[in-house]
Amino acid sequence: MSFDLELEEIHKLFFEECAAGLDLMEAGLLALESRSDPETVNTIFRAAHSIKGGAATFGFSAIAEATHGLETFLDGLRNGTRRADGVTVRQLLECVDGLRAMILGLERGEPTDADRLGALHAKIADLLAGRPAGVAGASDARPGSAPASAFLGGRAGWIIDFRPSAELLRSGNEPLRLVAALEALGPVHLVVELAAVPPLASLDPTACYLNWRIEVAADVERGVLTEIFDWLDERSEVAYRRCEGEGAPATGAASSAAVPGGTPEAGSLRVSTDKLDQLINLVGELVITQSMLARAADGSAVAGLDALQAGLAQLTRNTRELQESVMQMRMLPIGFAFNRLPRLVHDLSAELGKRAELILAGEATELDKTVLERISDPLVHLVRNALDHGIESPAERHAAGKAETGKVTLSAFHEGGHIIIEVSDDGGGLNRERILARARARGLVAADTDPGEEAIHQLVFAAGFSTADAVSAVSGRGVGMDVVRRNIEGLGGQVQIRSTPGRGSTIRIRLPLTLAILDGQLVRVGGETYVIALAAITETVKADEAQLVVAPDGGRCYRLREEFVPIVPVGALFGLAGAREADAAGLLVIVESDGGRFALGVNELLAQQQVVIKSLERNFRAVPGIAGGTILGDGAVALILDVPGLVELFNSAALSRRTLAA
Amino acid sequence: MNESAQASEERAGRGQGAAAPEFLTFRLAGEEYAIEILRVQEIKGWERATRVPHTPPYVLGVVNLRGAIVPLIDMRRRFGLEPVVLGQATVVVVVRVGASTAERIVGLVVDAVCEVHRIPASDVQAPPEVGAGSETGFIRGLAAVEGRMLILLDLDRLVTASVLEALGARAA
Repeated sequence: MSFDLELEEIHKLFFEECAAGLDLMEAGLLALESRSDPETVNTIFRAAHSIKGGAATFGFSAIAEATHGLETFLDGLRNGTRRADGVTVRQLLECVDGLRAMILGLERGEPTDADRLGALHAKIADLLAGRPAGVAGASDARPGSAPASAFLGGRAGWIIDFRPSAELLRSGNEPLRLVAALEALGPVHLVVELAAVPPLASLDPTACYLNWRIEVAADVERGVLTEIFDWLDERSEVAYRRCEGEGAPATGAASSAAVPGGTPEAGSLRVSTDKLDQLINLVGELVITQSMLARAADGSAVAGLDALQAGLAQLTRNTRELQESVMQMRMLPIGFAFNRLPRLVHDLSAELGKRAELILAGEATELDKTVLERISDPLVHLVRNALDHGIESPAERHAAGKAETGKVTLSAFHEGGHIIIEVSDDGGGLNRERILARARARGLVAADTDPGEEAIHQLVFAAGFSTADAVSAVSGRGVGMDVVRRNIEGLGGQVQIRSTPGRGSTIRIRLPLTLAILDGQLVRVGGETYVIALAAITETVKADEAQLVVAPDGGRCYRLREEFVPIVPVGALFGLAGAREADAAGLLVIVESDGGRFALGVNELLAQQQVVIKSLERNFRAVPGIAGGTILGDGAVALILDVPGLVELFNSAALSRRTLAA
Repeated sequence: MNESAQASEERAGRGQGAAAPEFLTFRLAGEEYAIEILRVQEIKGWERATRVPHTPPYVLGVVNLRGAIVPLIDMRRRFGLEPVVLGQATVVVVVRVGASTAERIVGLVVDAVCEVHRIPASDVQAPPEVGAGSETGFIRGLAAVEGRMLILLDLDRLVTASVLEALGARAA
């Protein structure tokens, strides 16, 4: 039992490595498209090779075989017998996708999808034969789904594409013997492909130029077939496809429709050995400090005092360094989130008929793993938007006197305790008129008012707002930008748009480097201390009685520079003793959430400090309106307010009050 | 022998051979309650907890236990007994409950901790079926030790129900 567990662990590692390898291959292939570089080919080859090795070791023969085919092709690229052009790169990328899907399936413990496997093998065979995908397919019954075969005619069996290497005959192998071995299993039908046979003048009589398609009407396990072809030399290609007999259940037909989307969130973390070594060093120092302190405490009170103080100072330093170092472990370069994007731009610009180039900057900028995982999807969305709405078609660009190839720039850098990520395009920019017209039509903006530039940009983030003329498959449904903003705010970040008509737009995301530490404002509400994230606070005002307004439903608002801000009675919402006093609003902390402003009534503003966020759910449970807890300097626990959650709580309370009143 | 007692025998039998499992007892309003000692992480003095909104009164709040945030459950209030003023003499029994992967650490506030007993499963009787009060569900059985009657608690159910009930209080 424990062995199974270990194997499972090892498999998990293998899958992680595969994912990393496939990412590497994909990145390499995309680079290859613009510039053929032997080192890039080598990188791709090595990645494929290690996936093959791992797969073979763990008995994932389907993956090993597929990567073997790829490897053969890549080897050709390496030694110059094959060339990479746009078509082959696309085919290779499709193969990478196919492999990824298969590995994901294995990871989830799903049975191997025969259709998908067949399609992948067909793609690889196309590659090796130098056919563009699908061209030969029409005449060749090549498409992946249940290959039709006149010979098999509904019988269960196998179609084997056998592409021996030129050296096959020289190594003492005889194809006829293979066929004889197959005939022992069942009736065999042979088709010879002569495409590779050179003109007589250049024909080497000892080389094998023939390829065969062998159909065997034998319902046997794949292993039986692989055994027959087992002793072939490395360079020979064999692809197997199974034909189910009539009436046999079509396996995996349903699952193949659902192409797996995002990779599952990884619970594990790869840490560079440098970071680990640093941590070990620090712990070593901590141990030394501890023994130093112990000795000082042992000695006489007077003599030991100096040593004790020195030791404590050292301990303080050690602890801080240790904390920083451990935090560093969770830091990953943002390049991980950028990885998916070159492929996206490549595919999407082809789909949209646009020409675009993606420029990445600051990939090495580090941020917390959790933030990284959760920013990935919003980034994809923003890049999609930039391509779909931002970058114009080549013709439009040409007419506007711009280069036909648009630029989407993604850059990341640190600023204070934050990371800034900017997505810019050099497209048409936000269309102010169109946004305004759409907003007026939807009643978001009164017909006669003209909101400022900033307000117009904020409209883009409103739920269900879209100015796209046509709803494309890519974007334009108006969901998205509001989700992007919510995701970013959920991480304690902010998002802004800058746009110049005709010159393009820039979306600027500001995120905390980590979710483990928060810049907080400590406040007293009733008898309790709470922490509010500084990022959410816009200002704090001393309430002026004259500006308080009571709404008909009993809710109260504060008039802040011509704007009515609803007062969220924190104490009453939390049912605290002495809440009345707080909600009588001596002090109002103005916070921003979901684009709106709210005033939190508090009794007292305490210190501003960095707090370490601790989970309340770990030992207890999630509490509405509370994001977590932290431990203050005196060892007491203070709860961290979840501003969006609190506003939600307030809204639903107001709603039920209104229903009661009605 | 009832089912839960059988289960406890099995659990104990796996852990430490044939020896009877050990139980820690604590006092609550004159009664003595027993919990498996293997569940007990530590015993500490009471400290003021930070109140958590939207929780029933028996959840006193959360405290800092060496960097982890841990809820305190007032066992007197939990069992509907007369609450007492908590102070320096009040004791917190810190226990671990739940499966190893999702283990919770929870502090139980009790009057006093008494002693440790070995209680063979054969000595455990099924709880009397009096009424349908939810609190009886937390009792695994009764055991007579040295002429006194001990109440064996089912910690998993007790804590899980307390957390779930806290959830219910939110909806109300």
